[in-house]
Amino acid sequence: MKFLVFIEQRDGKIRKASLEALSLAARLAGGPVSAVIAGKAIGEAAKELGKFGAAKVYVADRDDLALYSNRGYGGALQAAREKESPDAVLIAATSMGKDLAPRFAAKNDAGVLADVMDLRVEGDRLVGVRPVYSGKARATVEAASGLRVATTRPNVFPAEKNDGAAEPAIEALDLGALEIRARVTGITASGGKELDVTEADVVVSGGRGIKGPEGWPIIRDLVDAMGSGAALGASRAVVDAGWIDHQYQVGQTGKVVSPTLYVACGISGAIQHLAGMGTSKVIVAINKDADAPIFKVATYGVVADLFPFVPELAKAVRAIKSE
Amino acid sequence: MNSIVCIAYVPDTETKIRVAADGKSIDESDVKWIVSPYDEYALEEAIKTKESKGAGAVTVLSLGPERAKTGIRECLARGADDGIWIDSKGDALDALGVARNIAAAVKDLPRDVVWFGQKGVGFDESLVGPMVAELLGVPHVANVVKFEAGDGKVVCEREIEGAHEHVEAPLPCVITAQKGLNEPRYASLKGIMAAKKKPIQERAAETFAPKTTLTRLELPPPPKPCHFIPGGDPKSSAEGAAADPAGAARELARLLREEAKVI
Repeated sequence: MKFLVFIEQRDGKIRKASLEALSLAARLAGGPVSAVIAGKAIGEAAKELGKFGAAKVYVADRDDLALYSNRGYGGALQAAREKESPDAVLIAATSMGKDLAPRFAAKNDAGVLADVMDLRVEGDRLVGVRPVYSGKARATVEAASGLRVATTRPNVFPAEKNDGAAEPAIEALDLGALEIRARVTGITASGGKELDVTEADVVVSGGRGIKGPEGWPIIRDLVDAMGSGAALGASRAVVDAGWIDHQYQVGQTGKVVSPTLYVACGISGAIQHLAGMGTSKVIVAINKDADAPIFKVATYGVVADLFPFVPELAKAVRAIKSE
Repeated sequence: MNSIVCIAYVPDTETKIRVAADGKSIDESDVKWIVSPYDEYALEEAIKTKESKGAGAVTVLSLGPERAKTGIRECLARGADDGIWIDSKGDALDALGVARNIAAAVKDLPRDVVWFGQKGVGFDESLVGPMVAELLGVPHVANVVKFEAGDGKVVCEREIEGAHEHVEAPLPCVITAQKGLNEPRYASLKGIMAAKKKPIQERAAETFAPKTTLTRLELPPPPKPCHFIPGGDPKSSAEGAAADPAGAARELARLLREEAKVI
């Protein structure tokens, strides 16, 4: 099966989730694949893609692609698809990928295996496994003919780097005049430089047990102790109470996360929350109530008041990491 | 401003999911159905926009079995003007099949904005809205948390990872609503009574050969029992061990490093 992978960048920085998708495509193809990237001044970034399995990279590099637009970035993807004629297109299921994939699929009369956490090739079928009902069940879905499109869930597939790989062949895409209709006029960072909860290796979340917005510093301190790959999360109860912005919410009406480590602090574990983090590799639950449902999904549990315990845990994590 | 709000009628988020005998769908007995929560934000914004402009209509559209009409009535009770029910006739349409039917139904209607929730709770694909935009040949803005309808255009903020993108798009367009956009209203008794008299137009879905097929639905494997670390609570602790939060924290950190190998 011949693969083309869309590579997302913002400000010239390639998103890790795209490298995960590229590595996955190379594994499924059993050899090098093609990639496409759009943006402004991205030539150097494009060359790096060889290390993750790209033998060829289509590049749309121009001023009016400095910011994302569906017309511009989707136009680059479409142009690469027409040159490459792939059987399958992979796109990371980020907010950009989720914006691109459905229009691209509709334009090409294709379906989308959306947000897959497992993907394989069986004969001429592309078969994916995806969580449904926010992880309460999982569905096996397949695309058997025509163009097959899949979006891959961030943080699930490994990005495998081969520093010895050859530089990829670069082919510039000529997109002609672009009539951008939905135009990005600016970007405001909503949470400072914090890592988004969907992309973090470690998520530390706070729930009602933190008692009020003044409880966040001890939770944030544990995030900090976990290192640069860690992010802050929250339960729906504390978002609805106005203790923190919605972007931090993990759960069925928030974000669905699959980190390596999920630490639930003072979260009882409503079914909607469990749905949003149940696919985490290791789950730690800290709760005063030994009967809280969160302990049913937890790998490790501590029945404790989080106010004395979480600072001790941050101290212990820092100590063990500095050994 | 004329708005069309496309809604999905889905299992309540509290629903315990069971797999039906066919191994491909959910057991629908005991399922309570609700308007998908993100669609409520879309509906609220469409009604608010109509109220602030003092002109235009809000049409609610849903594709599904007979029960979808109940969902449409709920939206009419909150202030939408009329409804369109596309009878799915029990066909399992994939996202593109749903999008084609919706695009066909709204193509010739007066419309400035076609609204969707950013995803339908349940299948969580986030596909249909932008697909409809592509089929209609209009721009879209997805994941919108702030919306303003101006002269011939919309000004929005959409949520991306760790930031908001400010986006302007000309009308007509498709918008998908994200949580944070507004606080949806409840239906008033007067609204519920009025909804009974509002018209719902019925159409039959057209069948399209699916591009993607669901071949299996299963529950995730049950989690292993939790490994409780004693001594965490200074007042009382599990297994009656002496309280030692610092010791419990060190033991947990050790397990995370040596056993789970995650820190």
